[in-house]
Amino acid sequence: MFAFLLQSVASTFDRPAIDLHALAPEFVLTGALVVVLLVDLFTPKGSRGIVPSVAGIGILAAMVPVLTLALDGADRSMFGGAYVVDNFSLVLQAMFLLAAYVVVLLSTNYVAEGDYAEGEYYFLLLCALLGMLVMASSRDLITMFVALELLSIPAYMLAGWRKRDRRGNEAGVKYYLMGVFASAVMLYGMSLLYGISGSTLFSDIALAVARGNGLGDTTPLITLGVVFVLIGFAFKVSAVPFHTWAPDTYEGAPTPVTAFLAVSSKAAGFVALLQLILIAFIGRDDVVGPLMWVLAALTMTVGNLIALRQTNIVRMLAYSGVAQAGFMLAPLAVVGSNSDGARSAVVTYLLIYAAMNLGAFAVVLIVARKTRSAEIASWGGLFEYAPGLTVLMTVFLFSLAGIPPLGGWLAKFVVFRALLSPDLTAGGVILAVVVGVNSVIALYYYANVARQMWMNPVPDGDRTPVRIPFSLAAAVTLSVVLTVAFGVSDLATHLGDLATFLPA
Amino acid sequence: MIAIAQVTPVWYLVLASVVFAIGAVGLLVRRNPLVMFMCVELMLNAVTLTFVTFSRMLNDVNGQTVVVFVLVVAAAEVVVGLGIIVALLRKQPSATADDLTVLKG
Repeated sequence: MFAFLLQSVASTFDRPAIDLHALAPEFVLTGALVVVLLVDLFTPKGSRGIVPSVAGIGILAAMVPVLTLALDGADRSMFGGAYVVDNFSLVLQAMFLLAAYVVVLLSTNYVAEGDYAEGEYYFLLLCALLGMLVMASSRDLITMFVALELLSIPAYMLAGWRKRDRRGNEAGVKYYLMGVFASAVMLYGMSLLYGISGSTLFSDIALAVARGNGLGDTTPLITLGVVFVLIGFAFKVSAVPFHTWAPDTYEGAPTPVTAFLAVSSKAAGFVALLQLILIAFIGRDDVVGPLMWVLAALTMTVGNLIALRQTNIVRMLAYSGVAQAGFMLAPLAVVGSNSDGARSAVVTYLLIYAAMNLGAFAVVLIVARKTRSAEIASWGGLFEYAPGLTVLMTVFLFSLAGIPPLGGWLAKFVVFRALLSPDLTAGGVILAVVVGVNSVIALYYYANVARQMWMNPVPDGDRTPVRIPFSLAAAVTLSVVLTVAFGVSDLATHLGDLATFLPA
Repeated sequence: MIAIAQVTPVWYLVLASVVFAIGAVGLLVRRNPLVMFMCVELMLNAVTLTFVTFSRMLNDVNGQTVVVFVLVVAAAEVVVGLGIIVALLRKQPSATADDLTVLKG
């Protein structure tokens, strides 16, 4: 009887073909995170530095299959189209891996010198990175949901990592409660979309969303589903009015984790938004466009205005990150008339933003090793005892402000180009003006930090030079090279144009 | 004779939306972190009910697959969330959401 059952099962179930090359980056990373845990288990307590090296090597090893897949050039689609390897996913996976490598470099000394569980820290970091890689390839609601949770759940733990510190607890609880609320809202939206389309695949949802009549007149239901899903991800990218967790979590979390949340986690949110808006919701740009327009305008304006009065540099960078998210949301407002331009602009902005923001956090970490403070006032007279660092920080700050010839300038430029082409629309022009005004406001608080470093006296008169550990020096070098290279070459825009979706 | 209304799938959808709304409002008005957390669980259960109902209406098994994923992920979230909330309550017993004011500005 069992034989009969097995036979009947075997005849109806045909195993999906699994392309091992296409999944190799995820497999290598999964192997690496297991190795990290085992290495931590079998190394004696005192030997620091082994686990972060293993984690870093694991991330670079996962980069190899990404490069071979890019050289191979063929688009691959698996599991009925739920998981794909296309130019978009490869460009973004490479960015996530490189950004996570820099975060490991930032964490090495911070974690080794604090009272932290080293193995678990890197294990969770790699888990979150795995979620991001999956996110870049997912073309299905279930895959995207699992990827989102795989990157969020470790991030909740990392945010509350300083468990003996009240600020650490508070950062964790706030991030966690807002995060799970957002995923519940997003899931409800997904359930409505499933009900309308009868499928979880983006390509099927796109058909149902454009058609608009599955079970009777479903237009309001589609609108509700689209809005709920987008709001869920608006939390992830800290768009106003869903940004309230970001500054508190950024301040209370360990600074390398803050860099990770501000760059990688936010980029993952944008990756999801791009896939949803450009593949699944492309037929409803009458809903998506206005929603993104309002979110973008609010996010950059509110983020910038609150950033103006911050005295803590991590908090200032948090609000600056909120404002930068607004700049990145802006091209999505014109997705109806210029979808290719919007995709290219957001990807370009993400690449440049990752380089310059990680660099700024690296300098914050280096300076905090000496001053033991995150107050902007403690940065006074940095030029007198650390001229090199001052120049580097100025580069990062002016890049964030968008001053040529640094990367941030090009990022702003592609946003303007996306908003104003192929032809001028009222919404695009007004939003471009808002972006312009906000760039000027932002320059004030970035330049304020630069003024502190270059012109003000040293607050406590301590002019001993800053000692820079090797890993932090490597991180800052990598960031500054990319920030400048993105500004003077067309590398980032080229990658942005290249990052096309697999045609459904 | 008492007329018994036919229970249609739409009833379940309405019930789910009501449960979702109760969870969302509860999260916004309640101040105990544990109760807020339970409200999120209520919202997730509303989601699973919606998925199962649609799955039944469309006669498609995918919706029920999603429910399994949601349940597993919700369980993982509970573990992490309780850990974070216990860490907070150890430091500040009887902390409410209004007491979380060390970080602000």
